Amino acid sequence: MSDYNVYAARLLPRSEFFTPGHRACQGCGPAIVLRQVAKALGRNTIVVNATGCMEIVVSPFPHSAWEIPWVHTLFENTAAVASGIEAGIKVLARRKRHFTDSGKINIIAIGGDGSTADIGMGCLSGALERGHDFIYLCYDNEAYMNTGIQRSSATPMGASTTTSPAGKASKGQFSRKKDLGYIAAAHHIPYVATVTPAHPFDLIDKLRKAAAVEGPAFIHAFAPCPTGWRCGADTTIKLARMAVDTGVFPLYEVVDGKWSLTHEIEDFEPLDEYLFAQGRFRHLKNDAEFVKQLECDVHQQYEEIRARTKAGA
Amino acid sequence: MSAEQANHKRIGMEVSFAVAEAVKMLEVEAIAAYPITPQTHIVEELSQMVADGDLDAEYIPVESEHSAMSACLGTSLAGARTYTATSSQGLALMNEVLFVASGLRLPIVMTIVNRSLSAPLSIWGDHSDIMSIRDVGWLQFFAENGQEAFDLTICAFKVAEDKRVLLPTGVNLDGFSVSHVVEPMLIPDPKLVRDFVPSYEPQLRADPADPVMIGPIGIPEIYTEAHMARDVALIQSRKLIDEVFADFEKVFGRRYHALESYRADDAEVIVMAMGGMAETAMGAVDTLRNEGIKAGLVHIRVWRPFPFDDLRAMLKNAELVLVIDRALCAGGPGGPVASEVRSALYPLEKRPQVACQIAGLSGRDVRALHIVQMLKRSMAQAEAGELPEYELHNVREVAQ
Repeated sequence: MSDYNVYAARLLPRSEFFTPGHRACQGCGPAIVLRQVAKALGRNTIVVNATGCMEIVVSPFPHSAWEIPWVHTLFENTAAVASGIEAGIKVLARRKRHFTDSGKINIIAIGGDGSTADIGMGCLSGALERGHDFIYLCYDNEAYMNTGIQRSSATPMGASTTTSPAGKASKGQFSRKKDLGYIAAAHHIPYVATVTPAHPFDLIDKLRKAAAVEGPAFIHAFAPCPTGWRCGADTTIKLARMAVDTGVFPLYEVVDGKWSLTHEIEDFEPLDEYLFAQGRFRHLKNDAEFVKQLECDVHQQYEEIRARTKAGA
Repeated sequence: MSAEQANHKRIGMEVSFAVAEAVKMLEVEAIAAYPITPQTHIVEELSQMVADGDLDAEYIPVESEHSAMSACLGTSLAGARTYTATSSQGLALMNEVLFVASGLRLPIVMTIVNRSLSAPLSIWGDHSDIMSIRDVGWLQFFAENGQEAFDLTICAFKVAEDKRVLLPTGVNLDGFSVSHVVEPMLIPDPKLVRDFVPSYEPQLRADPADPVMIGPIGIPEIYTEAHMARDVALIQSRKLIDEVFADFEKVFGRRYHALESYRADDAEVIVMAMGGMAETAMGAVDTLRNEGIKAGLVHIRVWRPFPFDDLRAMLKNAELVLVIDRALCAGGPGGPVASEVRSALYPLEKRPQVACQIAGLSGRDVRALHIVQMLKRSMAQAEAGELPEYELHNVREVAQ
């Protein structure tokens, strides 16, 4: 919050490179994230989109919601395709065959939590390790929302989905959410950050930093899904803000291995307010002990990041 | 310059290195590959060329074959001439990406060093891998020997990148028995190769200067038409393949055909094979002819698009055709090539009988002697009216 420049809203470009004619649900968190991301990166950008809800809602032929080049191939190979585009542009420019006057082209690979944390994890790891100059953006709506709310490894513990349903013998999702930021940072890439659509200036600032670094950048975007979370279409931004204020989704960045919290929480908001503003946790309403445990986990995770920040790790 | 002058060097070279040499002469711009036996010598050689500065290309050492083909999609989408090579499990892992390459009409060229599939694990050569991706919409060539592997690699780029085709193309060569053999080869002047295949200029590419949407969702109203367009391009590529083979002869003096034959004009019995086994079969045909059997050989160079018309013309006077397959369609018609041949011959009023022997799985030796045995066995079976759907040749008895 030390950077007051980011609050100069009227300095943001008026241009929109994402929105006309997309078919997302009302209040779609990922769509809001993409609009902000496109604004941050501008016209000289190529989007590589994994299979998922954002791919579907932007591209029913012959319509397009993008004003910039957009490529979709498969579910799990987005990071590899982006690697190829980056390498292809590089060699053509070097050989003076094309892209000679293009300036720096931003290449952004976009995937949901399913394609990032599950099926495309190896592919993402390979691309980060090889050091391609591109941004990987995971919009995390915490389940496979395109196919109808099935759990992913980024679904939070206790959430009821159609493949981790709550029932007499189950409290919903049974495992801890996979931490994508940690995994990306462990590749020693120059830039890792978390963002939410409720903090748009922070998001735009971080995306521009990600575009400016040489080498891979990883952005983990929290993206509430009203359909899958069983919450009101008008609560998306509120929930994203609550996720930060409760410590569920800490905002941080890792620049050249140095961790810092970009929105430090002194007093956590109570977790149950966040949980019960949504339908996917409603089965936990009479389970105070479990909710308490979840809250402990959330705070512990936050303190881990705070410790990394202080250690300058 | 005459063809003799063009082929100014005849040198002994391992076939894998010759393939890499062809890729270098074509000034390929991007290579993404994962190592897998027996493809490794090709990509090792290419990565050394890039490391030495002899080839100005991006070499992307990916973490899997799935990513190898995916990165190739990316480099090709940027507009770079793109190459990769694989084998066996690697090809199987690539499977879903192969459909995207043809669906997006990207002229990627891939050498497939043919090898069997697990389980049990086998690193040796057969055609199980390539037959598992028969219908992915790629052009498929088969090389019999090193010279052909070199020549067909050059032709593959010329065909694939032609605006009338724009389809990915595979060049197949047998694992080890072709890929690892040192052969005397005619290596032409690189300048002639570059003149023969001009640099690749895509019709569309991912470029912010001219934004396009590539790979959008194909709703039911458009999917069939997209596939029809791809299929038409694939079938019509046949004409261009013939043109390119004819042009290749003018420059380099060697002539290739989609379907080739040996002593088949007056043959009553025909052996059919693909890849390296076709050369062995020539010896078998000679032996059979010496014994007074009117045998001939037909081998398929272009497996996709399948040369239906040529096949009908070439086989119409034969009484028996023995197809030797190096892959097994489990629970189906036996050999994939035999199945295709039967299908091609069906519309003929007077058609030869088709026998299928499956041989040479996992690199098991198939010598001329075996081919003679197989043909004689099929002739006897046909004579007795007892031709089976297929047989596995030379299977050892297993104690029950």
